Amino acid sequence: MERPVTPAAPPAPQRRKRVVLPYLLIAPTVLTTAYLLVYPLVRNVIISFQRFGLPELVRGDAQFVGFANYAKVLADAEFWAVVRRTLWFTAINVVLIMLLSTLVALLLMRLGKWLRLLVMGGLVLTWATPIIAATTVFQWLFQSRLGVVNWLLVSLGFEEYRDYTWFANGEATFGILVGLVVWQSVPFAALSLYAAMVTVPTELYESARIDGAGAWRVFSTITFPMLRAMFGLITCLEVIWVVKAFVQIWVISQGGPGQSTTTLPVYAFQVAQSLQRYDLGAAVSMLMVLLLVIALLAYFRVLYRQEREA
Amino acid sequence: MTGRVLRTVAALVVFAVAVFPVYWMVLTAFKPTKDIQSATPTFLPISITFEHFGTAVAAQGFFSFWRNSLLVAGGAVLLALLVALLAAYAVARLRWRGRRAFVLMVFIAQMTPWEALLIPIYVIARDTGMLDTLWMLTLVYFMITLPFTIVTLRGFLAAIPPDLEEAALVDGCSRGQAFRRVVFPLLAPGLLATSLFGFITAWNEFAFANVLIIKDQDDRTLPVWLSSFQNTFGTDWGATMAASTLFMLPVLLIFVVLQGRVTTGIVGGAVKG
Repeated sequence: MERPVTPAAPPAPQRRKRVVLPYLLIAPTVLTTAYLLVYPLVRNVIISFQRFGLPELVRGDAQFVGFANYAKVLADAEFWAVVRRTLWFTAINVVLIMLLSTLVALLLMRLGKWLRLLVMGGLVLTWATPIIAATTVFQWLFQSRLGVVNWLLVSLGFEEYRDYTWFANGEATFGILVGLVVWQSVPFAALSLYAAMVTVPTELYESARIDGAGAWRVFSTITFPMLRAMFGLITCLEVIWVVKAFVQIWVISQGGPGQSTTTLPVYAFQVAQSLQRYDLGAAVSMLMVLLLVIALLAYFRVLYRQEREA
Repeated sequence: MTGRVLRTVAALVVFAVAVFPVYWMVLTAFKPTKDIQSATPTFLPISITFEHFGTAVAAQGFFSFWRNSLLVAGGAVLLALLVALLAAYAVARLRWRGRRAFVLMVFIAQMTPWEALLIPIYVIARDTGMLDTLWMLTLVYFMITLPFTIVTLRGFLAAIPPDLEEAALVDGCSRGQAFRRVVFPLLAPGLLATSLFGFITAWNEFAFANVLIIKDQDDRTLPVWLSSFQNTFGTDWGATMAASTLFMLPVLLIFVVLQGRVTTGIVGGAVKG
């Protein structure tokens, strides 16, 4: 922290330069963030309080309507169905992701060198797969007539899956989207957790094992408590990532069939795009941000404390 | 002993689940159409054809979409590196009032649900005549990658002992010279890793590319092209998978380059594109 300059000792030029320097260095970041992030956010808030449809977009004479858009959105049963679905989608995905990643990380800890490299290589490959490419591949895997999944299920004796059209069924599509998101997310979470687990001193494990603790006890009394912060951080990142997952859903189902896979970001986009009600779309996305902020408030507090200690 | 067998089986299952979809994509891309459309799938590359890659490459606009994606992603990354390096230096090396607030702001910016800002950014682009321009996309991608570029560069910078720089200062270097001669060479791997990760994020971005480029179809980027590929080519899964493979190639190469330590370094920073 810079000490305040006392009037008795006039600041040397070198000194003054150092006071200004950090602010000069962050100026480009602050300015561009103000224009490209804060301004759009403010603009979104403004639009959400205006009547802003296609005519207003063209003419640019939007009128303020107070909370009318929010009232309309909140009064819509559809919106609440979408919120419930988003919460479900997030909960199912994040629980699966954290559970599977923890198991994979623990597995990596106990593998020999070659198997570990093999599994890590596989995870990195998955992680490296672009979202769009992965989404296209999942469409191909679950293709009704030529898809390998249907072939496998029929071969296993599930005759009803012959030519089964997964994407015509809401629940099936929802399930595939969960599978896709989990498949994409586990590598990052598992590798991060593994990287964190490696830092736990091995003596702790050894002494626990000598004391006769089983695998679960070792995990619940040593691994998890020591890595609580890491688990929290990764859970938060996954929550954010899953809530705002848009591309996968949009490309696979556009929120359908019916509305069965419409989550908040998809809903905001649908409302804005197909109904050309940018005002309602903006209101929905503000509500989504609000939901995320509430969910992550606890995490922000931890971050703030960490930054103070640093 | 059984524990070991169990672990091996589990490892192989994890590996198979992780790799199979990608394997299936690449395999389909190389399969002759008659093998793709056979009732029983073949799981090994028995007969190989490059026909589907030919179809994908010959598709209209293929090269201009590649060029667009490269320009946009590359431009965004260079811009982000430049701006982030300054900020990361200020945060990692200097003490100043407001530093903590700034770092917190960067962390929060990193978590921005960008998809929530599609509408205002579309409106802003339209109002400023930037709609349908690659410039606008470059700026958006710059902003999306900037926060995590700052966070990771700060991490890499913090790992370089300040003593080295101070020694250079004592030897009569200016702050800029000390940075250029001492810090920069040590930072190079970090810069490379960070920029490659930023590149991947921009390379993959779909939602904004889909919304901001509407009229001028020649200005589309690869992800948008890929998502529309199926509509254009109907059920030509061979060509679709070939196109996906080509799209994935640069990212895959980056991961190969990045392998090992650098990857875990980034993971340690808990950053996600």
